[in-house]
Amino acid sequence: MSITKDTVKKISKLSRIASNEKFEENMIKDLNSILKFVEQLNEVKIENIEPLASTVDQELIKRDDKVNLMNGKKDILSNSPADNENFYVVPKVIE
Amino acid sequence: MSEIYKLTLCQIIEKIKSKEISCEEVTKSFVDRAVKSKKLNCYIENTFDQALTKSKDQDKKLESDKKLFGAPIAVKDLFCTKGVQTTASSKMLEGFKPEYESTVTSKIWNEGANLLGKLNCDEYAMGSSNETSHFGNVINPYKNNKDLVPGGSSGGSASAVAAYLTSATVGTDTGGSIRQPASFTGTVGLKPTYGRCSRWGIVAFASSLDQAGPMTKDVKDSALLLEVIAGHDNKDSTSAQNKVEPFSQNLKKDIKGLKIGIPKEYKIDGISKEILNLWEKGVEVLKSLGCEVKEISLPHTKYALPTYYIIAPAEASSNLARYDGVRYGFRAEGKDLIEMYENTRSLGFGDEVKRRILIGTYVLSSGYYDAYYLKAQKVRRLIKNDFDEAFKKVDTILTPTTPSSAFAIGENIDDPIAMYLNDVLTVPANLAGLPAISIPAGYDQNNLPLGLQLIGKPFDEQTVLNNAFAIEQSINFNSNFKDWWM
Repeated sequence: MSITKDTVKKISKLSRIASNEKFEENMIKDLNSILKFVEQLNEVKIENIEPLASTVDQELIKRDDKVNLMNGKKDILSNSPADNENFYVVPKVIE
Repeated sequence: MSEIYKLTLCQIIEKIKSKEISCEEVTKSFVDRAVKSKKLNCYIENTFDQALTKSKDQDKKLESDKKLFGAPIAVKDLFCTKGVQTTASSKMLEGFKPEYESTVTSKIWNEGANLLGKLNCDEYAMGSSNETSHFGNVINPYKNNKDLVPGGSSGGSASAVAAYLTSATVGTDTGGSIRQPASFTGTVGLKPTYGRCSRWGIVAFASSLDQAGPMTKDVKDSALLLEVIAGHDNKDSTSAQNKVEPFSQNLKKDIKGLKIGIPKEYKIDGISKEILNLWEKGVEVLKSLGCEVKEISLPHTKYALPTYYIIAPAEASSNLARYDGVRYGFRAEGKDLIEMYENTRSLGFGDEVKRRILIGTYVLSSGYYDAYYLKAQKVRRLIKNDFDEAFKKVDTILTPTTPSSAFAIGENIDDPIAMYLNDVLTVPANLAGLPAISIPAGYDQNNLPLGLQLIGKPFDEQTVLNNAFAIEQSINFNSNFKDWWM
């Protein structure tokens, strides 16, 4: 499988990263060399092997269902690029 | 006392306890040196003034029950520090001041250490040379005519420990980001078992692989810092409930009878002759210490790196979705919400980060998930099975840490695969979730440090540390760079 300009456009869109001609040119080369490298895995026999998502071997601990206030709105909003009256401000979404 | 900065973390703490030196003297010693070492570009942000003020207060009331009392410690800029800029070396987070403290760093301050500053790294910990940082590359105190990289991603941390700009530090290791820079700078870097330390408050890269760990001058310091930062945390459901032993007190160099495996598959193409010789030297040392050294096989070793470069970007593409220009960090304007997201992420992330987000998105996308991501997870199982089998026969595994010594700045930056190959010997331990340490073991012909890696059984950091301690005491490595940058 190889990555074309259209693929870069598509995955850039899915990743919410603005794309342009130059970016696509550069990425096609890099992404194809990475894909070629990872495709070595095609040699490996994986029939009947369970996927491994995590090496953690313990039961999840349940927390008590208690409200645990760590930060207030003011703290959290202090890092936002734009906010107003305890809300984040973004470009208009609804016409 | 002159050259306090050359003391180990344990020595500093002992001397403060016995009132041989004051907390202020210690902090001043590191601050003075760090100020004169700006050329190495280790610090993104410093808190020298706060650290000095705190150290003066500490001198008024010694709390000798605290394990790190009076130690000035800078940390990788991937740990959230309350009220102190935390950037992950990305433009995306420039100016971000967390309203909370990571669990690992909280534990360090609770034991009486003071934050000295935030250390440079590769952007979002993605890189093996510290060249992807938005704040410029870090320089290795070791030099070979040209300026050399310190390794990555914890490059600022490694250079800062090696060049005596902090008493010790904590880094993070997703595919080798503690061990490879430790190897390049002649320092000790330990990646604990996955789950040993809480990931809460650490900027996430690949959540099933990320693990914080100590980067120190020697093995004893590593043991001490590990016992401080390890432990279960309710805020990280993957953090382990295993008991944290007093690793530094238990440390012993008698390792007679220990069984050590030498994996034949780690003799990869392209590994330098000098590194193979160093590996052989390690084997001889272990034999002389009464260990039983045997060849073992980890058949899927060659597939670890390709597996990693599917799984890590896949997890990263998901983790980095949170940087949307809305809640924190950088924002670029756009005519609508979607364009604002796209412009923010296009201008806020550097090239390597974008490359990995795109690869990760691709391998998770409809039609490719089974062929790439699911397959990689299955191969990950095989890699872990290899280790499980090997550890039925041996207690630890000895390998080199890296296939080469530190390289020149710019040498590998245009070829992602060449850069990725730096991690070929370190990545398997991350995929299998195993503890692994890199210790300095010698020099190459250009007088650059080389490291040996020891990999252990899950949660058996004590054996790994004892084994490393025994090698350290036998080899007696001494750093030998000159202060050429001052």
